[in-house]
Amino acid sequence: MASTNDTNQGQVPRFSLGRRRKGETTERLAHGLFLAAALVSVATTVGIVLTLFVQSVGFFSEISPWEFLTGTEWSPILKDENGARHYGVLPLVAGTMLVAVIAAALAIPTGVGIAIFLSEYAPDRVRKVLKPAIEVLAGIPTVVYGYFALTFVTPILRTIFPELIIFNALSAGLVMGLMIVPMISSLSEDAMVAVPRSLRQAAYALGATRFEVALRVVFPAALSGIVASFILAISRAIGETMLVTIAAGATPRMTLNPFESIQTMTAFIVQVSQGEAPRGSLEYNTLFAVGLLLFFMTLGMNVIGSIIVRRFRESY
Amino acid sequence: MAFADRDRRFRPRLPRRKQWGTVVYALLVLSILVGIVGLVTLIAQVLLEGVGWLSLGFITNFSSRFPERAGVWAALWGTVWIMGITFLFAVPVGVGAAVYLEEYAPKNRLTRLIELNIANLAGVPSIVYGLLGLAVFISLLGLGRTLLTGGMTMGLLVMPIVIISSREAIRAVPSTHREAAYGLGATRFQVVMGVVLPQAVPGIMTGTILAMSRAIGEAAPMIAIAALTFVTFAPTGPMDRFTVLPIQIYNWVQDPREGFSGLAAAGIIVLLVVLLSMNAIAILIRNKTQTRSEE
Amino acid sequence: MTNKPETSTAIDYVLQARDVAVYYGGFRAIKEIDLDVPRNQITALIGPSGSGKSTLLRCFNRMNDLVTGSSVAGKITFNGSDIYDHAVDPTEVRSRIGMVFQKPNPFPKSIFANVAFGLKINGFQGDLQEGVERSLKAAALWEDVKDRLHDGAQKLSGGQQQRLCIARALAVEPEVILMDEPASALDPLSTLKIEELMRDLSANYTIVIVTHNMQQAARVSDQTAFMTMDEDRAGHLVEIGPTNEIFTNPRNQKTEDYITGRFG
Repeated sequence: MASTNDTNQGQVPRFSLGRRRKGETTERLAHGLFLAAALVSVATTVGIVLTLFVQSVGFFSEISPWEFLTGTEWSPILKDENGARHYGVLPLVAGTMLVAVIAAALAIPTGVGIAIFLSEYAPDRVRKVLKPAIEVLAGIPTVVYGYFALTFVTPILRTIFPELIIFNALSAGLVMGLMIVPMISSLSEDAMVAVPRSLRQAAYALGATRFEVALRVVFPAALSGIVASFILAISRAIGETMLVTIAAGATPRMTLNPFESIQTMTAFIVQVSQGEAPRGSLEYNTLFAVGLLLFFMTLGMNVIGSIIVRRFRESY
Repeated sequence: MAFADRDRRFRPRLPRRKQWGTVVYALLVLSILVGIVGLVTLIAQVLLEGVGWLSLGFITNFSSRFPERAGVWAALWGTVWIMGITFLFAVPVGVGAAVYLEEYAPKNRLTRLIELNIANLAGVPSIVYGLLGLAVFISLLGLGRTLLTGGMTMGLLVMPIVIISSREAIRAVPSTHREAAYGLGATRFQVVMGVVLPQAVPGIMTGTILAMSRAIGEAAPMIAIAALTFVTFAPTGPMDRFTVLPIQIYNWVQDPREGFSGLAAAGIIVLLVVLLSMNAIAILIRNKTQTRSEE
Repeated sequence: MTNKPETSTAIDYVLQARDVAVYYGGFRAIKEIDLDVPRNQITALIGPSGSGKSTLLRCFNRMNDLVTGSSVAGKITFNGSDIYDHAVDPTEVRSRIGMVFQKPNPFPKSIFANVAFGLKINGFQGDLQEGVERSLKAAALWEDVKDRLHDGAQKLSGGQQQRLCIARALAVEPEVILMDEPASALDPLSTLKIEELMRDLSANYTIVIVTHNMQQAARVSDQTAFMTMDEDRAGHLVEIGPTNEIFTNPRNQKTEDYITGRFG
């Protein structure tokens, strides 16, 4: 049975000009939508930067940046015995760095050790089990770490150091260290695994033992990637909120003593957001001034870390 | 070359080096132990303290001054709502951005800027997102301390994760499939919707689950936008006030009164169980699709 | 048909293999190898790819030990001692029998540090600077690098990098140097330089070279061994003899086929 559609002579071809024009609009629309989606991320950054800056302008119109950045007393809400408030942010920075340094002191040797073990020593079967196990540490929400620090680590530390108070930088720092171990071990391991086998072979062929190959050839070759992992992990420690809010305390203090209670920048932000600070007030604006400082600190470290990572990737 | 007196020129001290090798090995094993023991201790502590507080009532009750009567019902529903809004906000936009970067973007400075930008956003502390939500969604747009605000804030937080993992999934689609489609006269949009995305869906799903896992555990940005901490109702709409599970846990952890520590542990168990299930689903998806591609 | 070398006390053999086989898991990669390597001469292993030349080479410095699941059967002696004896540490074997690899693989360190690495590892008692200089001179690289010893090794050309790897191996003062296709990744000019270096080195060192380049084997070696893959996919030694004999008057038909290009 002949279909009437078979006869095409003299008819307009199937791909008519009108149809193509409609397709083109769809194309342009799609392109635009996808581009818009990508630009949302740009808008987010702009939003963050603008927000922090604009609100901080309100803060800095009352408090000089110099006092903010160099003052060693921080009590923007409570007045001291003379009735004055203080806006020097250094105690918060000191608290943040104290916890971060303790965390790094634990996490760096542990993370690098795990990386070397997984990369140079562990047989495949062992690696398949251990690597995901360590990664689990990265997936645990930080409130859980805060709970762990407060209910387990602090009591144990207090049996060793009876003078330790409940909220202290040491507990928070140690648990923070555990939390960032996977970042260091994972990135360092990637860096070491990327070192070509031929280098290891050359070292073995010269009569090197396994630990000599690992420490004197592979580790130095992977060093930039390993150092980048440190920087990124410390950046994470600096930006962490819940763990330090729960376990490190709420007393801003210029101290290097890990047994003392301190307050980090992030914990301060939590404290004030939970409070009743009216919008636009100086108190409210401190949130953003501290937030701005926090943002720049982590941004700076992340940028340096990425530059180092990119440089090491290029060398192979 | 007089090899006979080579021994005078070299003192390889092999036994001593072997000893060092053992010491190094022991230290490496120690570092693994630190990680594993830390993990095991944490989970053990949570289980030991929390299991006793788990009950059906725990799930269905609201928060209460009395620990025996307290539960996570409000927090669970808040979490579900937040997850939903986060998903609706972050996934279409995130996948869309990934599609743009992989399929449309020319290799120019703007593209590089966008990529750099996304990488940076992934490293911004979560509480800064909370500040953003506070200033833009609450103050500027007047949306209030609602689920909508929380969901959008969280959506912005996890978007970089969605974008990065979606890009990987899209990149994994072989270019031959695209070329075949273009060769048949398909437009770019048709290639994306008909060829690339369908194949990238499993990878995108795993990435989304990853992002949602991150969102579920985040308390900081929600606190910053003042999600409530003592809630006695389950939210019914996006403009309601709310709390989420991690905040409920945080609240209980901070409470020095008797029993609340156990409540917190129980809440953590619930949270971890949800997380575990999500990750298990993600792994299942990944395994299923990997074996299929090997056929 | 194996060409069994004559056990003569007149020839000094630094390496000897007797009925050597190598297994990777259950798979036998090479079998029934009987081979004697004379001291201070260049022995070439030739044959088509897959014939097990590199596998055999790596037996001599126990590099095969690094491959999980591998095992070696038979006996290999170095100056009369069995190198696979359970009391022998492979690390020690490798400091006496050095290796140069196909693709130059200097460490991402300075030129100086590359050569000094083996000295430090093996507890060199002399002056490091002198040791490095001596090795670089022996590898015909000293003139090229003497003014930039602390530059990165990556800055050298391919041929220079390979000579650096040779210097690095020489620093440890091995009696034997195993070379696994040392010039195959290099341009023709660098290749000739390496071959010239090999001939100079053979005055003091024993060299065993694996090469897929027959002309190179003919140019450079004193003794040539031809290997090929059997039906059971195991490599075996077909024929071994003085180089000019192998290339002008081979005893085995398979050898002749390979040399004249009829296969491989």
